Amino acid sequence: MTKNIFVFPILLMMVASAQPSDKVVDMSKVNPISDSSAALKRGKALYATYCLTCHQADGGGVPNLNPPLIQTSFVTGNKEPLIKIILKGLSTHIDIDGESYSNNMPPFEWLKDQEIADVLTYIRNNFGNKESAVVKTELQKVRSSLKK
Amino acid sequence: MLRFSFRTVVLLLVILGCSTFYAFTSQTKNKNTFLSALPDNAGLKLPSGFSAVKIIDSSARTRHLVVTPQGIIYVKLARPKDGKGILILHEDSHGKATITGGFGNYGGTGIFLKNGYLYASSNEEIFRYKLNEKYEVINPDDPEKIVTGLKAGRQHETKSIVLDNDGNIYVNIGSPLNSCQEEDRKPGSMGIKGCPLLDSAGGIWQFRADKLNQTYKDGIRYATGLRNVVGLDWNQQNNSLFVMQHGRDQLHDLFPEMFTEKESSLLPAECMYVIQKGDNAGFPFIYYDQIQHKKILAPEYGGNGKTEGSKQYIDPVVAFPGHMAPNGLLFYTGNMFPAKYKNGAFVAFHGSWNRAPENQAGYFVAFVPFKNGKPSGDWEIFANNFAGVDVVKSPRQAQHRPCGLAQGADGALYVSDDVKGTIYKITYHP
Repeated sequence: MTKNIFVFPILLMMVASAQPSDKVVDMSKVNPISDSSAALKRGKALYATYCLTCHQADGGGVPNLNPPLIQTSFVTGNKEPLIKIILKGLSTHIDIDGESYSNNMPPFEWLKDQEIADVLTYIRNNFGNKESAVVKTELQKVRSSLKK
Repeated sequence: MLRFSFRTVVLLLVILGCSTFYAFTSQTKNKNTFLSALPDNAGLKLPSGFSAVKIIDSSARTRHLVVTPQGIIYVKLARPKDGKGILILHEDSHGKATITGGFGNYGGTGIFLKNGYLYASSNEEIFRYKLNEKYEVINPDDPEKIVTGLKAGRQHETKSIVLDNDGNIYVNIGSPLNSCQEEDRKPGSMGIKGCPLLDSAGGIWQFRADKLNQTYKDGIRYATGLRNVVGLDWNQQNNSLFVMQHGRDQLHDLFPEMFTEKESSLLPAECMYVIQKGDNAGFPFIYYDQIQHKKILAPEYGGNGKTEGSKQYIDPVVAFPGHMAPNGLLFYTGNMFPAKYKNGAFVAFHGSWNRAPENQAGYFVAFVPFKNGKPSGDWEIFANNFAGVDVVKSPRQAQHRPCGLAQGADGALYVSDDVKGTIYKITYHP
């Protein structure tokens, strides 16, 4: 039991130092998009329903099968190609940042514009990504360009 | 109401902390003493008397492999490394292997050794290489092309191969679709009537092992209704082909009103089938439910998770839990392991991805005891902990994923991993 005597002051210090760090960080202030916490919340739920099995809870995807969403050029880059993947799916062979992925992604064109905007805003601001939000009007623009 | 002063709380916390800390330190000390007395078995958990070493971390995507009687190891790579799609390894007496060469500029999975030839496959073709009496490849740059023009979808594109004792080679041609939906993997999309892709995929094809440049018209659709087979082997006891099917994905995602996430993580079974010429395992029209022990009509074809499918389809001989991805099958014919293992089946489970948001499963080598060419008992986990973590939520967390299996001349079992290109050698020393 001599060991406990030495541990005593260390634990006291730990208890004391734990006090000030209890401050809650307000995530909405850290987030680059201002009024989007509702969009992120909706996007998160949509992600869990339609995307999570393949792209995984951590957005890491599945090696060789389903591409990751973490710091992937397709997610963090230009929004138009990303919106097109949601609307048209992906069933052709492409390399993503030097790796190839073999599973087909179905089109999700049947989701509402707002839903797609929300889920894309969510993936662009999660998994280590910090990019601008996707808004409904951007969806409308890409949808009409695909009709031409 | 009980009220504690701040001082009391701190004091209680400190006492609790001290006792936990004391318990932890004494436990760690005991654990270390315990561990130092044992070899680490390359991080694997094995039955008593077995040990494992990593003979190489090759950093290549090592898939199936074979070991010659002289101990040369040929490993097929999913993608060529430095332009070589087949690695040649030599093992030294200290349990380490080195890469001594390579050949074949194509990626793929299948490799098999028979009758003086090394057979290997890309995702569209099968080649063979003549061996000399030391089992060395004579003309590595000039193989004979045995089969060409096989279909390879984006998914299930690999071609595993095995030979029988009558000069035939068998190759799996995987279904390019998950469940033959009109729109692949789209929620609610129904199945294509009759699933016509089965004319050239979703089954096992038989070709002659010595005839050059064969195409579909020269082969026989030996078995159909198999979604995708990666692990397969020829059972010498009943002279039959055995295959491990990768079952269909995403029951919940595609038909959420019929299947819960939990059900979808367990179903359908990963099935071991014994295959006779002309067999139909029922993909995509049915799947095997290992909980109900029934062939269930697929939701794409009017099923609801309960309605049984046609009886015309064969039953599995072993039904494992879902999505564990059986990538290697080997009937053990060696003499090193205890008698229980003789003629039994080892199955390498690559590990699931399709169980999210539930925990993933697999990432181990299982064993099924056999007698007279039939399973004679329940399957069990033989070698575990390839993943190196207690819980795998996402497959990227797994440090190693078992893929190929091979037996050495002395009866040792070799297991490949396609994450880090590690080759494990498992031996038995009573």
